[in-house]
Amino acid sequence: MSDTIISVSGLRYSYGLSFSLQDISMGVDRGTVTMLLGPNGCGKTTLLKCMNALVVPEKGSIEINQKDIFKIGRGELARLVGFVPQSHTPSFPYTVGDIVLMGRVSCMGIFQQPSSEDYAKSDIAIELLGLSALRDRPYTQISGGERQLVLIARAIAQEPAALLLDEPTAHLDFKNQFMVLRMVKKIARERSMAVVMSMHDPNQALLFSDAVALISSGRLLSMGKPEEVISPESMKQLYGMDTEIISHEGRKLVVPVLSGKIDPLRSFS
Amino acid sequence: MKKAMKMTSAGRLQWKALLVLALPIPAVILSLFVGTYNIPPATVLQTIFDKIAAPSSASVYSTILFDIRLPRIVLALIGGVVLAVTGASLQGVFRNPLVDSYILGVSAGAGFGAAMAIALLPAILGMSQLLAFSFGVLAFVITFFAARTKGETPIVSLVLGGVIVTALFSAGISLIEFMTNPDQLAGVVYWLMGSLSSASWSQVLEILPISIVGSLIIFLMRWRLNILSMGEEEAKSLGVNVGRDRLIVLAASTVMVSAVVSVTGIIGWIGLVIPHIVRMLTRTADNRVVIPMSAALGAVFLIVADDLARSLFVFELPVGLLTTVIGAPFFLYLLKRRGSVVWRQ
Repeated sequence: MSDTIISVSGLRYSYGLSFSLQDISMGVDRGTVTMLLGPNGCGKTTLLKCMNALVVPEKGSIEINQKDIFKIGRGELARLVGFVPQSHTPSFPYTVGDIVLMGRVSCMGIFQQPSSEDYAKSDIAIELLGLSALRDRPYTQISGGERQLVLIARAIAQEPAALLLDEPTAHLDFKNQFMVLRMVKKIARERSMAVVMSMHDPNQALLFSDAVALISSGRLLSMGKPEEVISPESMKQLYGMDTEIISHEGRKLVVPVLSGKIDPLRSFS
Repeated sequence: MKKAMKMTSAGRLQWKALLVLALPIPAVILSLFVGTYNIPPATVLQTIFDKIAAPSSASVYSTILFDIRLPRIVLALIGGVVLAVTGASLQGVFRNPLVDSYILGVSAGAGFGAAMAIALLPAILGMSQLLAFSFGVLAFVITFFAARTKGETPIVSLVLGGVIVTALFSAGISLIEFMTNPDQLAGVVYWLMGSLSSASWSQVLEILPISIVGSLIIFLMRWRLNILSMGEEEAKSLGVNVGRDRLIVLAASTVMVSAVVSVTGIIGWIGLVIPHIVRMLTRTADNRVVIPMSAALGAVFLIVADDLARSLFVFELPVGLLTTVIGAPFFLYLLKRRGSVVWRQ
């Protein structure tokens, strides 16, 4: 059995004139975390949506566990890939337990109710993310970081082979960003899942990712180990700003050059 | 209250919840004692026991109780269940707590059908009912297909479609009201206000099958409604065929609301208020609790409102007015006291 869980090849997608993905090919192995880095509007989220078949590309293919994701139903796809949206407030105050239990729906018929086995599996996910104390709290009354963990627990209850996260640290404070990313990496290892997430901070990629994909204007600039891919040159190319890489106790850090030049905002092309 | 109403992890309802679910039974029995024709309570009891002992026995009292009051009470029960359950299910699908049973234009469509039958067509028995039902369903179909683009029916388009269809049929109703003579105008206006005064066993039997099938579909999909209420992309990611499931809920809801409205006229506020009252009292949004509880409380609410409609004054009030007059202030009271618990973002 191959170690590659997600394999994207020759992907092309365009939306209107201003926005596109072009010729994206990449692979993601089991038990690893891959982060998509790039400026706003570069196509990170669209690529994630393609991997979840929420948008259909014009050309190219995406396979997860050797299955073409555009040729299977939503139920089967949900057992291959879990999607963690940016944390949000739902219209109704479901409890944390209710939300995580929703992850089990892909295994059920339309008129079926969750069984004790479904409760057991969502309980495992709740414990894995350390949310047991919050189980009966309304999802609307917990912190943003906790909400993100709840959505991750729901995706884990789905028992997929791959996990996609859309900017899981957006809107989170310093501590919660760290907590969520550490948890995701631990889960990737323990559950041998292939994890892909879109990110804004190259330092977090250096800390928590196994691979980094740099995306600019819908194209994949480069992909590889974070310490190899992230350099002053690639950051300049990606974000149009001057940075330097410093080392601290064997760890690399990206630091902006304070007096450095910043390119004017580029329009998407 | 909070703990007792909650479902346990095994999915069982606890005894306080069962108590609420059983409330329609005493409501039905006690309502037999209420009516315009004055029958002493002892006589009512005697007549009930006689009926149980010898079902074929007939008397004036037995006719009043079992052929006039009981079908009317049963109709109120069915109407209450259908309006409350569809309100809850549509609030879930539309992800909006301010939605009621009529969001897709059903009330205006049914009203137009009934107004046409009352004002423009010769008086044929059952014609207004048939046209009200047909136009209620037609309004839903127009709304649905107006909202459909590229094989998808986005929620926003459905809401807009419902607004447009409601506006057009309301204009149609106004036109009929404007053109018709005063006698028929009174009939149209009275129909639009909603009343159970014409209830009969044949009406009950006509809407019972649709109401049972529709409510059963919603009841079986009660947990899935939780997922549909998370929004299209999320529900899809979780593995739900959103287009199919949503259409089933919308169609089941609308068809049974049309059936009920075709015999009762437009009864407002139940679909909006009852699910909210349930969420506030039980302090849960889980539709596995909200759907059955709404059914029970909706039935009790319409039964009691109709008791008041036929007993408050010497003349009969349209029950649709009463549900609004009772429902709206009670809703405001709950909102002030407990709303913040339910809606805090």
